[in-house]
Amino acid sequence: MSWEVVIGLEVHVQLNTQSKIFCSCPTRYGAEPNLHTCPVCLALPGALPVLNAAAVDKAIAFGLAVGAEINRRSIFARKNYFYPDLPKGYQISQYEIPIVGRGQLLLTLADGTEKVVGITRAHLEEDAGKSLHEAFSAETGIDLNRAGTPLLEIVSEPDMRSPSEAVAYLKKLHALVRYLDISDGNMQEGSFRCDANVSLRRAGEPFGTRAEIKNLNSFRFLEKAIEYEMERQQDILESGGKVVQETRLFDANKGETRSMRSKEEANDYRYFPDPDLLPLVLEESHIETVRASLPELPDAKKQRFMEAYGLPAYDAGVLTSSRALADYYEVVAEGLDAKLAANWLMGDLLGALNRSGAEIESCPVPAGQMRKLLQRIQDETISGKIAKEVFDVLFEQGADVDDIIERKGLRQITDPAAIARLIDEVLAKNPGQVADYRAGKDKLFGFFVGQAMKASQGKANPEQLNRILRERLDQPS
Amino acid sequence: MSFTTDTVKRTASLARLALPEADLAHVAQQLEGILVLIEKLSAVPTEGVEIMAHPLELQQPLREDRADGRDLAGRDIYLKNAPVSADGLFLVPKVIE
Repeated sequence: MSWEVVIGLEVHVQLNTQSKIFCSCPTRYGAEPNLHTCPVCLALPGALPVLNAAAVDKAIAFGLAVGAEINRRSIFARKNYFYPDLPKGYQISQYEIPIVGRGQLLLTLADGTEKVVGITRAHLEEDAGKSLHEAFSAETGIDLNRAGTPLLEIVSEPDMRSPSEAVAYLKKLHALVRYLDISDGNMQEGSFRCDANVSLRRAGEPFGTRAEIKNLNSFRFLEKAIEYEMERQQDILESGGKVVQETRLFDANKGETRSMRSKEEANDYRYFPDPDLLPLVLEESHIETVRASLPELPDAKKQRFMEAYGLPAYDAGVLTSSRALADYYEVVAEGLDAKLAANWLMGDLLGALNRSGAEIESCPVPAGQMRKLLQRIQDETISGKIAKEVFDVLFEQGADVDDIIERKGLRQITDPAAIARLIDEVLAKNPGQVADYRAGKDKLFGFFVGQAMKASQGKANPEQLNRILRERLDQPS
Repeated sequence: MSFTTDTVKRTASLARLALPEADLAHVAQQLEGILVLIEKLSAVPTEGVEIMAHPLELQQPLREDRADGRDLAGRDIYLKNAPVSADGLFLVPKVIE
């Protein structure tokens, strides 16, 4: 009997506020070390935290988007542990009563099936600073610019049963925070970080002992770390051993997880309500104001794309996977062949972006130009094949679609007389094949199409070419 | 409940307190006395009473999300509070995971 993996994720989302959660220091990334600090986030004696209204609103927006209960009264607590980049010796977090209660997220898996993953809770807390171990030989440098940056920690139920389900959940969550504009979601800069709780069991049996894997800052690392952890735990269990509940660190270079022994003793955080902060009480009207400001969310947008543009579920899912891509699509597809636009975006555009390592946000082809390109296919100025040539130039060098078509002389040949001339030349050059075709070798038709298209440098209108060629071949010589 | 010297050691370690071995038994006894006192509180009937995080009937005021400028001169004053600093960083004895 095989093992079943049980996965739950804890995701730390940095909220994109202007200022920190409890003081007015800027949250901008990449400043001089310790420039963005003040008595509050440095934990100087006598300093008091004051809660940032925007952090609260962003937490509420998330809760509403996952259909969660928003707690009308939530409490901030101190999570006590010692580490040099945590100046107070405790992190202000929420423990017994978080701002966001139970909700859920709907995933579409690779095979097209849907799965609901429960969200246990989401709470507000402050980020720690950064420890720099490399720059000095005997010391660790501490940069507290990040200390006090608002975080929303989103805890899932242990509902995922494979590495790919975990990745699908993380991707959906990532898209959602970007849609809501509550975080920039930048994984390289640490704005969106994930810890995974992983355990194995025989199907139907109670959950096994789990290990918590930290330091997962990409979708691929999440998948690799879970796969590694499944093998590690399976080896232990099948050799009669016991999995130890512990915190493990994923080493991206080696592709393995290893125990963080230093954390073993530290798991007693001695939470208690923070006397510096009063209960956060939310009025119904406050929550409704946030609800009214919510944008169209991914699931609703996907549904609308299927209905308004007549797209298949798969296409609608891909195109609404990010808000930027969905917005781009809507500019391109407006009033044009919606499926043609979908194919171009999902194939050519996403492919080119993928190869160049760029994102849709930094796409070198403005949506307006992409739209113009498809218009030129629809009005038969160029063929679909030539359009790919134009697209490559557009992607590599920019410029205007019409200019590229003119400059490169790519305008489609639609003059029947011109096409007929091309065809006649091809037929004259290949008398043997013409005779064979007329003797019944139908397959040669494709050969003539290819030759004539080549003679036109790919510019002949394909439908006309086919029609005229057939007329010429079928008329008795 | 009894406060063993092992519990004292662990608690001291979590709180980063360096307790001399010789004091452990004595501290255990003292903490035991405190616990006995706390135990008496469980005699108070609390069923149906809502947990109170704060004694005040007040709620958390919110601050508008506005960032104030910071400058290096101010930063350098804060750095002077630390025994050692360099390149704008606070320096502490090496910690490595």
